[in-house]
Amino acid sequence: MDEVRPLLELTGATVRFGADAALDHVDFRLYPGEVHSLMGENGAGKSTLIKAITGALAMDEGELRLGGEPVAFATPHQAQAAGISTVYQEIELLPNLSVAENVFLGREPRRGGVVSRRLMREHAAAVLEDLGLALDPASLLGTHSVAVQQLVAIARAISADVRVLVLDEPTSSLDLDEVAELFRVIRELKARGVAILFVSHFLDQVYELADRITVLRDGELVGEYLTGELLRIDLVQKMLGREIGEVRARGRVHEDDAVDGAAAVLRARGVSVAHGVADADVDLAEGEVLGIAGLLGSGRTSLAHALTGVAHLEAGVIRIESADARLDSPRHAISLGVVYSSENRRRDGIVAELSVVDNITLALQSERGVFRRIPPARRRELAASWVDALDIRPPDLDRPVGTLSGGNQQKVLLARLLALSPRVLVLDEPTRGIDVGAKVEIQNLVSELADNGMSVVFISAELEEVLRVGDRVAVMRDGHIVETVAAADLTTDSLLALVAQPTEGED
Amino acid sequence: MAAMTTARPTSRPSEGRPSVVQTFLSRHGGMMPTFAAVAILVLLFIGGEIFLRGDFIKPLTISNLLINYAYLLVLAVGMTFVILTGGIDLSVGSVMAFTGMLGAKLLADGSPVWIAVPAMLLGGAVIGLFIGILVQYFGVQPFIASLAGLFLGRGLAFIVSLNSIKVEEPAVVWLQSTRMKLGDWVITPTGIIALVTVAIAAFVLHLTRFGRTIYAIGGSEQSARLMGLKVGRTKVAAYVISGTCAGLAGLLLTAYSNAGYPRNGIGTELDAIAAVVIGGTLLTGGRGYVLGSMIGVFVYGTIKTIINFMGAEQAWMQIIVGSLLLLFIVVQRAIVARAEGRR
Repeated sequence: MDEVRPLLELTGATVRFGADAALDHVDFRLYPGEVHSLMGENGAGKSTLIKAITGALAMDEGELRLGGEPVAFATPHQAQAAGISTVYQEIELLPNLSVAENVFLGREPRRGGVVSRRLMREHAAAVLEDLGLALDPASLLGTHSVAVQQLVAIARAISADVRVLVLDEPTSSLDLDEVAELFRVIRELKARGVAILFVSHFLDQVYELADRITVLRDGELVGEYLTGELLRIDLVQKMLGREIGEVRARGRVHEDDAVDGAAAVLRARGVSVAHGVADADVDLAEGEVLGIAGLLGSGRTSLAHALTGVAHLEAGVIRIESADARLDSPRHAISLGVVYSSENRRRDGIVAELSVVDNITLALQSERGVFRRIPPARRRELAASWVDALDIRPPDLDRPVGTLSGGNQQKVLLARLLALSPRVLVLDEPTRGIDVGAKVEIQNLVSELADNGMSVVFISAELEEVLRVGDRVAVMRDGHIVETVAAADLTTDSLLALVAQPTEGED
Repeated sequence: MAAMTTARPTSRPSEGRPSVVQTFLSRHGGMMPTFAAVAILVLLFIGGEIFLRGDFIKPLTISNLLINYAYLLVLAVGMTFVILTGGIDLSVGSVMAFTGMLGAKLLADGSPVWIAVPAMLLGGAVIGLFIGILVQYFGVQPFIASLAGLFLGRGLAFIVSLNSIKVEEPAVVWLQSTRMKLGDWVITPTGIIALVTVAIAAFVLHLTRFGRTIYAIGGSEQSARLMGLKVGRTKVAAYVISGTCAGLAGLLLTAYSNAGYPRNGIGTELDAIAAVVIGGTLLTGGRGYVLGSMIGVFVYGTIKTIINFMGAEQAWMQIIVGSLLLLFIVVQRAIVARAEGRR
């Protein structure tokens, strides 16, 4: 094996967005005939690295070698021509065209300059059969299930001369049988000597398939490991990292008495959301912080969506203040005092172009309706009090929120929600991508709110943080709440073990 | 084969070989709206026959459709290209008027036909190019860009002349006045031009890489781009084709009326869009057939003929076409919703 050279080699890859490095001098290599998994949480730089390889994004520094030769791709098309094909998480195919056309579009077999449908069908049938797919090549792609479409995307990728196949979360919308089918195909390609880059959030799948794992965290390379030599728990630890900050210890009022149903402010039973959460039970007492710990893809965000009316429930009931609540929209949830802060602050949270005042009073005004305008003076007064209370810096009410730092944007978002005087606050990764000082401030703020009787669901990828802020911690894995434990009974290591533990029946 | 399970005809409970119907549906489900248009055309003919006591279904009535609506058929062909990419072209009615005026003026000033006719086509193509560039490279909504083209075309038509210009050039008059007969069937050179346009369009759309790229863009522009297709130039070309067709329609209409008139074709762009949609092309793009657009034009023409025969108010024309359009859009929505539900 020693003389085998990497087929694809990336050295010192650096990509900057403004001042932030999304990828900071990362090395990555891919051998022919191996499945290599790229692991990391949100924002670790996985998709940036993939884009750098597939030509979708230009590197600021670094070198890409393919088969030993330095290469530079300006477009995905060039990368494809060089033998690097990508299958995306979202199926990037055309449901209105036939299966055969989806495989060959752009390089259709032609006869005398005219596209030959017959030749195309024959070639497509051959490629599909190669993958073990008995599929009518003339049928419209849109008539097939998502899984079959995903396999057609792979057929497209390998019908060209493929040397490197990049699979970016190909399994996120597949069920178990379909995943098995996909894996069979991947193994076959691997046996043919194709180098495969496989990205997935599901640890089980990574351990089943990957020969080698590269871990990224915050845009930096943590390391490259052989799958067989890396314990799951170590992998998770490397993905999540550790960080010790100073936090004021919070008097844990509720840790002893398990919440009894009657006192629960919010109570969920058997809650399920398609492709997200299955059969989850949640109890939240007044003044309690419930931490949710789990990896990306464990269903932590889906659970938040289920509790706040963002996602449609497939099954289950939610009771708020012991009254059945059919949360059919975020608006409805807000009227019942349940508010949600999205993990994606920029996209689903702040309105970057609007001022601090406007952002803070947005939800309150919307709650009051168009005809009961908050007088401008009152709005400023209100916003000023929140800017003061949360220490938003700079304390300039008219500044567009987009120009504030991440931590201060998060505080503006919190202020907006708190202005609604909610009873239940659901925070999805409120500290992601903000600096350590601001993180601690937000953690302290959450504790303070809970001390004053607010109930909080606190979701975070950082286990220390969940332990520090939460009174109890619900651990999620593969869409299930596997355990709910008092935070005092947990250490970071024991929580890590719960988060990483494989599903029953394996290992 | 081990993989038979994945390849089952999806979402159908019946096991075993898919039936002929299932195979047909899975291959040609997109043709359903076009079949519906054919059905409506047939119903219209039967209805006309009953209403007019056996005086309707005869070769002359059918021949007249092509004689009277050749210009609309050519416009609908160009519009089909644009709508298949997911765009819209509102300019064609006034571009047709402009090119008609331009040709009439050139001929009146003594230019030979071989200059006047290419100038008409070129005039249409240039306005189409202008709209295409606005849409593709300046990110202007097709609706707005082609609205600009609409005003531009109408303005240019009035600049050529405020009044109608008579065309006496024999070659142009010949296009409409010649009646070629085959039994009781009649066709004019304008009708032949329109049919040839349809045939070329069908060939280009279905058997060339360019045509398939048009469909791909309508399916998902983003996907088409990721597949490495030439999205930009193809989209611009769709508008150029629509503009050129409008130029050709200008020639056919001039031949039909023996004159160029700057107020010609007001609202005709909407008739063309209606014909394309009734013919089964999805306004969101990616699905539809140029032959369907031809059926759409015939449906439009037949309704108009029936109303003329009955001597009813022309207002009924608008009401009936409007209702049909509504019906088809609802049917299309249902089809799209079903397709999305399966994803």
